[in-house]
Amino acid sequence: MSWVTKTLKSTLGRKLIMALTGLFLILFLTGHVSGNLLLFKGDGGEAFNMYAKFMTTNPAVKLLSYLTYISVIGHVIYSITLNRLNKSARPIGYAESGAFTNSTWSSRNMGILGTIILVFLAGHLYSFWFQIHWGDVPIVTYAGEEYKDLYSVVKVAFQQEWMVALYVVAMTFLGFHLSHGFASAFQTLGLNHKKYSPAIKTLGSIYCVLVPVLFASMPLYIYFTS
Amino acid sequence: MQLTLKIWRQKNASDKGGFATYPVDHVSKDMSFLEMLDVLNEELTEKGQDPVHFDHDCREGICGSCSLYINGKPHGPLQTTTCQLHMRSFNDGETVTIEPWRAKAFPVLKDLVVDRYAFDRIIQAGGYVSVGTGGVPDANEIPIPKTIADLAMDAAQCIGCGACVAACKNASAMLFTSAKVSQLALLPQGQVERKTRAEKMVAQMDAEGFGACTNTGACEAECPKGISITNIARMNREYFSAVVSSENL
Repeated sequence: MSWVTKTLKSTLGRKLIMALTGLFLILFLTGHVSGNLLLFKGDGGEAFNMYAKFMTTNPAVKLLSYLTYISVIGHVIYSITLNRLNKSARPIGYAESGAFTNSTWSSRNMGILGTIILVFLAGHLYSFWFQIHWGDVPIVTYAGEEYKDLYSVVKVAFQQEWMVALYVVAMTFLGFHLSHGFASAFQTLGLNHKKYSPAIKTLGSIYCVLVPVLFASMPLYIYFTS
Repeated sequence: MQLTLKIWRQKNASDKGGFATYPVDHVSKDMSFLEMLDVLNEELTEKGQDPVHFDHDCREGICGSCSLYINGKPHGPLQTTTCQLHMRSFNDGETVTIEPWRAKAFPVLKDLVVDRYAFDRIIQAGGYVSVGTGGVPDANEIPIPKTIADLAMDAAQCIGCGACVAACKNASAMLFTSAKVSQLALLPQGQVERKTRAEKMVAQMDAEGFGACTNTGACEAECPKGISITNIARMNREYFSAVVSSENL
């Protein structure tokens, strides 16, 4: 076994993959939420549609999107192998557990939270990502150039109460996942120091609320304004 | 005080085991938890029954022999060793559940006694320093800054009791291994085997069947010696830098 395979098979190596892919997905979420803020512009979706075209055609963005797909798949696969390993490390459990006194609920349930987010992601990708790539999306023209009107797809989707509710609930789960995942990724990378760890923890606490709230406010905004 | 003890009884490693309930009377609040079990065992012995087996040695909180998962927590409700836990931490009439450490790497041998040799094998893999034989070295021959000496001493406080493994939802031994990696990595004497140590101790930890860390912090919260998870971050740094720079293929 080469030293690379040996490292990636070790518990620390697998955790490293989880941390790196997790941090990349945090970067992705930051970009995703920033771009989608264009939904609030109130220009009938012009800026959003132009942004959507840029995001689906620009070669640099394409490269980033492949990295995102790899990160999602890697994060999921490694979480499954780690979870199996962790479960096998305690074949017989305790009759009584006081775990709630020594750790947060989110930190103990990252697998469940992640699974819920993955299921949501599948539906989310089908609703929008699949539609803009291969779906039947109406065409609009701005300044003589044709654009796919993804905004109208978003608008139709978020006029349904259940879709809005689903998105708000899913973002709550994302918030809990991030509430542990953000700082945890840095700890796994070995970045725990009295000089900067308090800042990482504060940033994580802000991030895990801000990003899901911004995401959740998008369907709510569209539902209540159209 | 009067208590009801719900204790895990298991004849041997291959026995399935199960809980047995024992009512105990006349428990003094000033007794230590282990003394309370001693009294129970006296009674069981007088009745001709097999006493409850549990690990203990110094009863001063320094050897790491005692264990016991009491009411859902390693070493019970306080952040100390079971031998330093007193019955005043319990209420009259309470039911106290006592279980052994649960981990694949810590198989139950009998009742509440588990085999913790896995920890010894992790130490054997790299938790040592090369010692030059010869005369006794002069004091302060190797200067070590106070801040670094303090960090090393904090890590060296680990008594290897295994509460971290018992507390962790993944039965991970990373707090223990990282404390042992840290105490040597921080000091000049530990530099010779530094990279090999991180690689070998992590490999042994994995081979023993301990789980991976989810950074829940349960180990740190339950550790009777207050070992910090900053040691786990240090072990990760030691390991990742070792795998890319050591001479071991």
